[in-house]
Amino acid sequence: MGSLFRSEEMTLCQLFLQSEAAYACVSELGELGLVQFRDLNPDVNAFQRKFVNEVRRCDEMERKLRYLEKEIKKDNIPVTDTGENPEAPQPREMIDLEATFEKLENELREVNMNAESLKRNFLELTEVKHILRKTQVFFDEAAQGSLVSYPQMADPSREEEQVQLLGEEGMRAGGQAALKLGFVAGVILRERIPAFERMLWRACRGNVFLRQAEIETPLEDPTTGDEVYKSVFIIFFQGDQLKTRVRKICEGFRASLYPCRETPADRREMAMSVMTRIEDLNTVLGQTQDHRHRVLVAAAKNIKSWFIKVRKIKAIYHTLNLFNLDVTQKCLIAECWVPVLDMEAIQLALRRGTERSGSSVPPILNRMDTFEDPPTYNRTNKFTKAFQALVDAYGVANYREVNPAPYAIITFPFLFAVMFGDLGHGLIMFLFALYMVLKEKPLQAKKTDNEIWNIFFGGRYCLLLMGMFSMYTGIIYNDVFSKSLNVFGSHWKSVYDLKTIMSAKDRTIDPKDAYTGTPYPVGLDPIWQIASNKIVFLNAFKMKVSIILGVAQMLFGVVLSLWNHTYFGRRLDVYLLFIPQIIFLCFLFLYMVILMFIKWVTYEANAAEMALSPTCAPSILITFINMVLFKAADEVKGCDPYMYGGQSGLQKLLVVIALLCVPWMLFAKPLYIMRNQKKAHLPLNNHANAVEENGGAVHDLESQNAAAAQPPAHPPAGGHEEEDMTELFIHSGIHTIEYVLGSVSHTASYLRLWALSLAHAQLSEVLWGMVMRLGLQIDGWFGGIAVFLMFAFWSVLTVSILVLMEGLSAFLHTLRLHWVEFQSKFYSGTGYTFSPFAFEVILEQAASGGDD
Amino acid sequence: MLKICGPKLSLCGLIISAWGIVQLVLMGVFYYVQSVGLAEDLAVMEDNFKTADEFYTAADAAYTRNAYNCWIAACLYIFTLLISGQQFYQNSRNSLEA
Repeated sequence: MGSLFRSEEMTLCQLFLQSEAAYACVSELGELGLVQFRDLNPDVNAFQRKFVNEVRRCDEMERKLRYLEKEIKKDNIPVTDTGENPEAPQPREMIDLEATFEKLENELREVNMNAESLKRNFLELTEVKHILRKTQVFFDEAAQGSLVSYPQMADPSREEEQVQLLGEEGMRAGGQAALKLGFVAGVILRERIPAFERMLWRACRGNVFLRQAEIETPLEDPTTGDEVYKSVFIIFFQGDQLKTRVRKICEGFRASLYPCRETPADRREMAMSVMTRIEDLNTVLGQTQDHRHRVLVAAAKNIKSWFIKVRKIKAIYHTLNLFNLDVTQKCLIAECWVPVLDMEAIQLALRRGTERSGSSVPPILNRMDTFEDPPTYNRTNKFTKAFQALVDAYGVANYREVNPAPYAIITFPFLFAVMFGDLGHGLIMFLFALYMVLKEKPLQAKKTDNEIWNIFFGGRYCLLLMGMFSMYTGIIYNDVFSKSLNVFGSHWKSVYDLKTIMSAKDRTIDPKDAYTGTPYPVGLDPIWQIASNKIVFLNAFKMKVSIILGVAQMLFGVVLSLWNHTYFGRRLDVYLLFIPQIIFLCFLFLYMVILMFIKWVTYEANAAEMALSPTCAPSILITFINMVLFKAADEVKGCDPYMYGGQSGLQKLLVVIALLCVPWMLFAKPLYIMRNQKKAHLPLNNHANAVEENGGAVHDLESQNAAAAQPPAHPPAGGHEEEDMTELFIHSGIHTIEYVLGSVSHTASYLRLWALSLAHAQLSEVLWGMVMRLGLQIDGWFGGIAVFLMFAFWSVLTVSILVLMEGLSAFLHTLRLHWVEFQSKFYSGTGYTFSPFAFEVILEQAASGGDD
Repeated sequence: MLKICGPKLSLCGLIISAWGIVQLVLMGVFYYVQSVGLAEDLAVMEDNFKTADEFYTAADAAYTRNAYNCWIAACLYIFTLLISGQQFYQNSRNSLEA
């Protein structure tokens, strides 16, 4: 296995595949997933490629499968996911698959069509049934009304207009023989009724009579499958003219009209026949549904593996489309990036593919030389993946560049924990991550679309370490939900008698006699939790620690750049960049760190000499500023302004040397290159030769195709010659300014470690004081319940604000410290990732894309 | 059995209850042994006392009372733990049946 320190060694290979064996070989390589193919026909559009037909067929199959899947989902049939991963089928099996899908689709479409027409039929019949039932009521009423209305025909209060009409007409005509009252009956959507009624009234000038009744049960629309509410209506009118008008209006309102017999006997007969037809239809419909269900259940068993098969075939043909065909048409030529360590496995896969296809000619895999930058391939496992992702989010490493990820595994959780230091909060985070790590397999199988959950789950090992480190820093800060643990007993004691204590709220205790002289065994002494100057004390401590950690990390970053310079053979950069850089950083900032340690060690409370007492301890920051400004230290009476002898002189020397490093970084490299350029007269010719030599070597191997396939020769790295001199100076200037100013601002930037840690501690203290204390201070019987309620409130706020939000902010600051402060010292991150042709990735993408 | 809480609420109740039981029992113990770190949260700390003895008796009483309060709250959390546990079980069984 390769290491995480540098990306895998890659090589460009040329692959000759016999036409018959190509499919099987590519299929094997897809299962292996270690080969990244290059497009050899970039200027050929997608429709002119060799296997466009096959790809199109696959698309068609995929479409059919999607249709099937949609139908399966519509019927709520569970899709069996056996989790098996069938191999890509042989090309000849594709025809079988196609035939199967074709048959299934046609069957399904036919069934669906039949079902729809049956349903339409059914709907019509049900509507007729309702019409008959409802209109019966109208006719019954009318019959009654007409019987009653003859004696009192002039009664205007009667609603039954029709009856009046009947009566008047009957009187005028002198009998009922001339009266011909027509009617139409139908069904209309309930929401259209008011408009329909108004329209009828206006268009027919009130000469028609409309009765309507609601159908209580919703009816199913056969095309959409929605449930709709409808109403039955019946319109009475006289004369043909009105009849056509009414019919037109009905049509306009999309009402369905049904013929309705005039006599009660006919209507009864019709109702009977409709009922029997509905019965018949129901049985037929049930059978159709059963058939459809059977077809779909059978399909649901296989649909996953069909999807996988089709997607694999499609991926293979897509890949084959990237290949070149040689002149004889018997052989496909591919170019691919391959990790050198995996050549063996690839050879093996190719051999398997050849055997499977029954071809006798073995495929040829040979390495090629190239000027192109190979892709970056970092082999990761489930543990290192999250950390590599954090680094890659900034920029993918250049090929074989030092990879910051292995260091991030430790420094990232550590710097996070410095800001998030609390034993309780760390424990919560740790337990959550531990749950995800222990239940890894079942959680992984349960795929969700919840993006936040996926982020947490992806970074579970990172979270686990972050939680563990936070618990550690929590112990060091002696902080559990803003309370301290007094495990070993405080090493401070009270020196006042009872009377003195009673006389004032706060008392200062002098370390000279109150401190036992030995420190608390682990972390901060718990006495500080109840001290009123806790923050002042902690600030001094945390600020110094932040700067110490920061300078250490930056120095480490600069040292890593040495590895890069030596690995890529840039000896020049070692002398002209690395050495001045490290001198600058050490002489200014590392010196400041050393001063901190000197201060910590030298000055103590019970010092015999006045000069070594705490009052005489100089401020590090002021000392540092004075040093850079070449100012003498301020004298305090009785104190030595310097920490050690000769400090003033040494400081001046250090600053002068550090400042001399700036022009060294700025001018040395461009000037050196300029001089070299003058010395060597023909640097360009050498390169031209190199290109030709290489091209020639390839030429022998693969005839004229090579010329087209040959990548455009990039200028080799390190070729400064053709760059413009001014550009070189500008580049060097930017680089120097960035480094010099960066060192200052980055050092200050590490103070965020202190600032966030302070904010976190204070916030958790405030939360405890504002919420939990309220519950704890309540007297009487209600006290227990108050604690109960307040604890729930406090715990929710602790998780949401302190762990989630503060955790996120600490995470982002840590990320920034890594990306900007650390990686800027050595990391260029302008590479591109190795994205091999792998079925696993393709299927995953297709699955997640399909769910959207 | 009756189903009141959904799966998420019952899980939340379970976690808070378990956490509450552990932390409140511990806090009760710490109050009972009169931990100085928790003294700030006593109700009597802001009052003024004439003599030290007066203060000590008041503080002792407050410590004991807080210890009992914490334990009472912990018992209440045992109660909620049982309820949400039952609900959680109910929910998981329902989801299995569905």
